[in-house]
Amino acid sequence: MLYRESGQFKTSYPADQAIFPIVQDRWGLIAVLVVAYGVVPFLIDDYWSNAVLLPFLCYAMAALGLNILVGYCGQISLGTGGFMAVGAYAAYKIMTTFPNLDFIPVVLAAGLITAAVGVLFGLPSLRIKGFYLAVATLAAQFFLVWVFNKFGWFYNYNATGQITAPPASVFGTLVTGAHTHPAVTYLFCLSFVALFALVAKNLVRNRVGRSWMAIRDMDIAAEIIGVRPLTTKLSAFAVSSFYVGMAGALYFAVWLGSAEPTEAFGIDQSFLVLFMIIIGGLGSILGSFLGAAFMVLMPILLKNVMVDSLGMAAVTAKHVEILLMGVLIIFFLIVEPHGLARLWQIMKEKLRLWPFPY
Amino acid sequence: MARQPIGDVLLKADNISLSFGGVKALSNISFDVREHELAAIIGPNGAGKSSMLNVINGFYHPQQGQITFKGQTRSRMKVHQAAVQGIARTFQNIALFKGMSVLDNLMTGRNLKMHSTMLEQAVYWGRARREELEHRGKVEEIIDFLNLESVRKTPVGRLPYGIQKRVELGRALAAEPSLLLLDEPMAGMNLEEKEDMCRFVLDVNEEFGTTIVLIEHDMGVVMDISDRVTVLDYGRLLAVGTPDEVRNNQEVIDAYLGVAND
Repeated sequence: MLYRESGQFKTSYPADQAIFPIVQDRWGLIAVLVVAYGVVPFLIDDYWSNAVLLPFLCYAMAALGLNILVGYCGQISLGTGGFMAVGAYAAYKIMTTFPNLDFIPVVLAAGLITAAVGVLFGLPSLRIKGFYLAVATLAAQFFLVWVFNKFGWFYNYNATGQITAPPASVFGTLVTGAHTHPAVTYLFCLSFVALFALVAKNLVRNRVGRSWMAIRDMDIAAEIIGVRPLTTKLSAFAVSSFYVGMAGALYFAVWLGSAEPTEAFGIDQSFLVLFMIIIGGLGSILGSFLGAAFMVLMPILLKNVMVDSLGMAAVTAKHVEILLMGVLIIFFLIVEPHGLARLWQIMKEKLRLWPFPY
Repeated sequence: MARQPIGDVLLKADNISLSFGGVKALSNISFDVREHELAAIIGPNGAGKSSMLNVINGFYHPQQGQITFKGQTRSRMKVHQAAVQGIARTFQNIALFKGMSVLDNLMTGRNLKMHSTMLEQAVYWGRARREELEHRGKVEEIIDFLNLESVRKTPVGRLPYGIQKRVELGRALAAEPSLLLLDEPMAGMNLEEKEDMCRFVLDVNEEFGTTIVLIEHDMGVVMDISDRVTVLDYGRLLAVGTPDEVRNNQEVIDAYLGVAND
C-alpha cells in the first residue's frame, strides 16, 4: 500500500524522463539524505566513522566505478585494487608536492590520472573479451602494485615504503591527517559519493550509458547501428577508473591515513569490490551501494552479535564470521542471482499490486 | 497514402566476390536497388543471401568488386560508417540489447543523431536534456507506429519472439535509414504474426519512403510484397526481375525444385 506507483500518471516526456519518476523513490531518497546529513553527523564518533561509515562510503565509490565497467559495459576487470592504488599514489604525490592545495582538486586530479591509466589498460578490451580480458586486467593489478613497490619516487623514497597522508583541508577544515573530526571526514566522503552517484545515474540513463549497455548486450548489433566500440569501451574504462581512482584517494587519505601497496591494494581488494557489485547487482547504481553495505557492514554486525551478545571469544568469532559471510553470500546468490538490487526491484513490482495480486 | 514512385539507383553492387578460405560465398554478383523500392533477395539455404547483406553494410569485405551507395563508391569500410551513411538492418537471429527496455533499445537506434558531450550528460542539463526529450518524442512515434506502447518499459529479453522481431525493426527505423536491410523478418512466425510484419514492412515503405532489401524464405510473402526479386544460388546470381518473371524462370525453378536426371 505504501509503495504504489500505479495511479501516478505522466503527461509529459520531461516528467517521464525525470531521474526518479516515482514519487516514493523521490521521498525515500530525500529521507535517506536527511538522515545521512542531518542526523548521523551528530551521533557519529571515531568508531562509527572509521570502522563503519568511511569504509562503506569508500567502497561504495569503488563499486560504483567498477559497476560502470562490468555491470553496464560488460568488460570484466580484476584490476580494481591496482587502480585504487593509482588514485591513492596520485593523491599522495599531489599532496606532498603542493602541500597547501585544497583536498577537493586533489581527489579529482587523482581520479583523472587514474582514468588515463585505466584507458591505457583498457586498450586490450578492443581485441579480447570475457575471461581473457579479466586476465589482462589482472596483469594491470600485479603490474601497478609492483611499480608502486619498486620505484621510490612514488613513495618519496621514505624508509618504510609506506605512504602517509599529510594533513589537507577542504575550505579550511582538516579532512586528512591525524587531527580530523569524525563528522567532518564522514560528511566530506558522503558529499563526494552522493554527488558522483548522481552523476553516474545520469550517465547511465543517457546516450553514453545506453551505448555501454548496447556494447554489453550485443556488440555487433551496437556497431551496426553506429555505436563505436573503440570510444565506447574506452570511455567506460575512463569513467570507471575515474571513480575507482577517487575511491582510492579517499580510501588512502581520509580513511586509512597510511597505506602499503601490497596489503592495501592487493588482489583481495579487486575481488572484494567485484563481489560487492555481483552481490549488490550488476548494472545497478543502487546495487553498488547495497553490495558495499553488505560486504562492509555484515561482518561488523556478525562480529558484534557474536562477541558482545553471545560472549564468544574474539578469535573464534573471527573464524565463524568468515564462515557465515560465505554462507550468506551463497544464500543471497541462490535467492536472487541478479543481486540485492534485483531483489528490491522484485519487491517493488510485488508492492505495486499488494495486497491484491491481480 | 500514395506510395512514392520508384526512383534512381540507390545502391549498386558491382561484381562482388567473397570467399572464406576455399569456400566461395559470393561470385561475381551484380545488382542494384532503386530508391523507394522493396527489393527481395531469395535463394536456398547457403546461397549467400546473408553474406550479401553483410557485404552491403560493411561487415564483410569482398575480395573483389565494389558497392556504390548514394553515388559514393567504396570497397572497404568500417561497420559504423554504413550506419553513418544511412544503412540500418535487422538480423536473422534477433540481435537486440536484451537487458535494456524497448524504449532504450529504440533510443540507442538514434545514437548517431545525438551530439551532447559526456559532461553535459553527466549533469543532464542543457543540450543533453533537450536531446533526450526531443528524441524521446521521435521514438514514441515509432512505438506508436509499431504498436509497442504497452511494452515500452519492459526489458526486451522478457518479450515474446514475435514482439522482439518488431522491436528490432523499430530499432532500425529509429535511425531513420534511407536503406533498410531486413534479414528474414518473418522467420519462425505464425501466419498472423507474418501478416502483421508484412503490413509493417509495407507501411514503412509507403509512409517513410524507405528503400528496403528483404531476405525471406516465405515465397508467398516475397512474391506478394516485393517489386523486384534477386535470386541467388550457391553464391551465383540466377535471376533478377519482377516476381512474375522470376516465378517463371526455368533456372530458378530448377534451383528450388531440383532437376530430373534421366
